[in-house]
Amino acid sequence: MITQAIRSQFIEIVGEEWYKDSTQERYCYSFDATPLFQAMPDAILIPGTVAEVAAILKVANHAKIPVITRGSGTNLAGGTVPIHGGIVLLMNRFNKMKEIDLQNLTVTVEPGVITADLHQEVEAKNLFYPPDPGSMRVSTIGGNLAQCAGGMRGVKYGVTKDYVLGLQYVLPSGDVLRCGGKNIKDVAGYDMTRLLVGSEGTLAVITEVILKLLPLPAYKQTLVAYYDQLIPAAQTVEQILANRIIPATMELLDQSTIKVVDQYAQLGLPQNMKAMLLIEQDGHKEQVKIDMHQIATLAKRVGAVQVKIAKTADESKKLMMARRVALSALSRIKPTTILEDATVPRSRIAEMLSAIEKISNTYQLTICTFGHAGDGNLHPTCLTDERNKDELKRVEAAFQEIFETAIRLGGTVTGEHGVGIAKQHVLKYQLGATSYELMKRIKRAFDPNQILNPGKIFTSEHRKRLVVRK
Amino acid sequence: MNDHLQTSQKLMDQLDQCMHCGFCLPSCPTYRQVGLETYNPRGRIALIKGVATEKLKLNAEFTKHIDACLGCRACETACPANVAYGNLLESAREFIVQSDQKSNWIQRFILKHLFTHPHRLYTLGNLLWFVQKTGLQKLAKSFRLLNLLPSSLREMQEIIDPVVSPFIRRKRKNLSPSSSHQRLLSVGLFTGCIMDIFFYQTNQATARLLTSLGCNVVFIKRQGCCGALHLHAGYKSEAMQLAKRNIQAFEQSKVDLLVNNAGGCGLALKEYHHLFENDQAWYQRAVHFVEHVRDIHEVLYELSPLPFKKSLNIRATYQDSCHLAHGQHIRKSPRQLLQQIPGLEYIELEDADQCCGSAGIYNLTHFPMSMKILDEKMAYVHATNAQLIVTSNPGCLLQMKKGIIRSGLDKQMQAIHLVDLLDQLIFDGDNEIVDRI
Ligand SMILES: Cc1cc2nc3c(=O)[nH]c(=O)nc-3n(C[C@H](O)[C@H](O)[C@H](O)COP(=O)(O)OP(=O)(O)OC[C@H]3O[C@@H](n4cnc5c(N)ncnc54)[C@H](O)[C@@H]3O)c2cc1C
Repeated sequence: MITQAIRSQFIEIVGEEWYKDSTQERYCYSFDATPLFQAMPDAILIPGTVAEVAAILKVANHAKIPVITRGSGTNLAGGTVPIHGGIVLLMNRFNKMKEIDLQNLTVTVEPGVITADLHQEVEAKNLFYPPDPGSMRVSTIGGNLAQCAGGMRGVKYGVTKDYVLGLQYVLPSGDVLRCGGKNIKDVAGYDMTRLLVGSEGTLAVITEVILKLLPLPAYKQTLVAYYDQLIPAAQTVEQILANRIIPATMELLDQSTIKVVDQYAQLGLPQNMKAMLLIEQDGHKEQVKIDMHQIATLAKRVGAVQVKIAKTADESKKLMMARRVALSALSRIKPTTILEDATVPRSRIAEMLSAIEKISNTYQLTICTFGHAGDGNLHPTCLTDERNKDELKRVEAAFQEIFETAIRLGGTVTGEHGVGIAKQHVLKYQLGATSYELMKRIKRAFDPNQILNPGKIFTSEHRKRLVVRK
Repeated sequence: MNDHLQTSQKLMDQLDQCMHCGFCLPSCPTYRQVGLETYNPRGRIALIKGVATEKLKLNAEFTKHIDACLGCRACETACPANVAYGNLLESAREFIVQSDQKSNWIQRFILKHLFTHPHRLYTLGNLLWFVQKTGLQKLAKSFRLLNLLPSSLREMQEIIDPVVSPFIRRKRKNLSPSSSHQRLLSVGLFTGCIMDIFFYQTNQATARLLTSLGCNVVFIKRQGCCGALHLHAGYKSEAMQLAKRNIQAFEQSKVDLLVNNAGGCGLALKEYHHLFENDQAWYQRAVHFVEHVRDIHEVLYELSPLPFKKSLNIRATYQDSCHLAHGQHIRKSPRQLLQQIPGLEYIELEDADQCCGSAGIYNLTHFPMSMKILDEKMAYVHATNAQLIVTSNPGCLLQMKKGIIRSGLDKQMQAIHLVDLLDQLIFDGDNEIVDRI
């Protein structure tokens, strides 16, 4: 609850214009891109400076008001749903690109910068920031960091954590701290940077980010391989890696996904194919061509019925764009799309895929699968209707089985979307009680009053104030 | 479900189609300005759903948030999930009208008392001509009488071109026969309401172009306002009335196609069948009507190459009309036509399909926001270094004229409707724009 006195304090800090608490404004911040979760915050604060962030946290910490830091609200784990009420701390005024350091090859940005805008800015200088989540035109760098977002280029270039060199962050106490910097090496104490990346807004508010950049690859080529069965597509991925080729991108789309994506993107993709692999390689022209040739040969050998190389850069771009819209496009079919994020070692991807097929049959559900196959990260997506309670129960059971399979194969319940609310119930199961407790102790060290994004990652101690299950 | 609102299962399904991924956010002009969920489609859809399910009140705040939407439908282009945002918006505005929430008075006056009455509009045209001709406008300006107008109207009146005199207007014949030996098509020209006052010349130019390309052009009697603005404002029954009138007029005219030159009107015409989903007979008639509606640029492009008589050695850029690009998916033909002009150097405008802020009468009802959006647009326009900005919709044209003045580009740049430009390069009429450049 925000008392009148605290309300005035907040308004004093950010100014009237940046404090929002009408019912309708709060309603608009009661959900994110995650299906099924919704809960009302008490207010939205939109700070413009680090000092304001610190002052807000101090007040909230003192009054034990939950603080939900928010970028663009595109996460898929319920990470920004205020299940215990409190304030939404909207970071999109922190939108400055502060410095591109051409000598150290770093970029310093504020967390509200949009991922794709950062790409554009650094690429204009022939530099490269690889993490490119499907949501990159919308998501913020802060959100990417807090989720440790992956993307299409993960196969070769890794994920967000591989590019974060340093941070400025604010603790609930209001202390403004820094960790890391522009150094490539730095072992002074624990690696707080790595700890904060992926912390889902539960440890601190990130206010500045130093990222590592690479030279922009000179050349790239895109290939699509089509299959009349699903499993050989996954086997192709395994074969390519086993042959010591690491493409930048290896994405998988199954038949339903191909269909809906094509309805949106109008690329004329073949609708009768059971699977499609989208593979991109970048680097020196000669090497790219050699790799692509080998990839094409492998794909055909494993069972691709058709292999095509994109003729123009524009065609490649369109194909990649088509993949990026996959999740949203799937929601054309049914009102509710619930996707999962199970990830396995890349050598087990075919096994995982057949398990998903089987589970989908057992529970009589429509599960479409697409995802970052080259990362072992699949997104089995269940197309359902939240109004059909019986089916929702089967969805839950099916996903439980998918999680268990992933863990049995040496995988994880979430590769990139995070725990948030959505994966809480399986976290302890995956980690084991001791690791789980250790993590909770880390959380308490940062946030003794449990004000930062309470009820996320760990099942909460206090009662949820309200969760409107939509 | 909210019973006193006309919430249908269909509406609920359309609302549920949104999965809140946020892909629409960067495409939304108001979100780009304000950065709040309440100013983007994802938030607005949530609000509409909240009201439809009675979780939220249908109050003045709801009206404010819904009214702040331009209705440009860029979010529909951006939406992979195929959410029919335009429909949702219209339903929300209908809720507002049903619930008697006060919307903007300028809007109410224009829509309820002006656009639905062709003769009042005609008289308004005459009146305007009189005011301009007699120098009353200048006089009013010098006596600061214009200050009596709301600031938005005051600001926008400066860009209105002289209207054509009643004597000329009355001389228009109902049929302009094809001037070429082959007679390809009989084409009805949809003259619009306000269009035929402020852009009479553009309608005439449209007819001239079509006749030169082998069409018989008919100015269909008894047609009137398309109803787009009414529909967007939630006056659905008025929109239905207007639609019926136009459908009837078209049916009686026996033309092959009904051509229009205003993206916004065109889209409304092409969506007439949405209005009659509960009326089978009218639905069928509307579908038949819709099948025959074309935008002028589609037709011209199909009939091209055009017989240009002059070349134009300038650099020009093109601003999409939202309802042409996002609504009717017509992007290629106007650009191609422009690029056919001998001598013209075409340069693509960055974010050309972002709304300019004109949006029907949005620039009158939401002047400050409209100008913020326009200023962003003009920064991109400026960067093209073009001498001519070409539009395909009269509302956009007026807004671009305003933008040119606001950004101080009036010495180096002009704005024109593509039809007028083509007309001037094909016929030797008064080539004001072409000559001035
Ligand atoms: C269609 C679609 C495709 C997607 N594709 C991918 C993909 O390919 N790979 C992938 O990894 N993810 C993907 N995502 C998930 C999502 O886009 C990412 O998790 C993204 O990083 C979220 O960014 P955001 O700005 O929207 O953050 P939000 O959703 O606003 O927040 C996410 C989390 O970050 C915290 N947070 C935000 N800013 C800060 C800050 N400054 N300091 C501390 N904590 C903060 C929040 O509290 C929350 O826990 C996709 C989502 C959608 C809808």
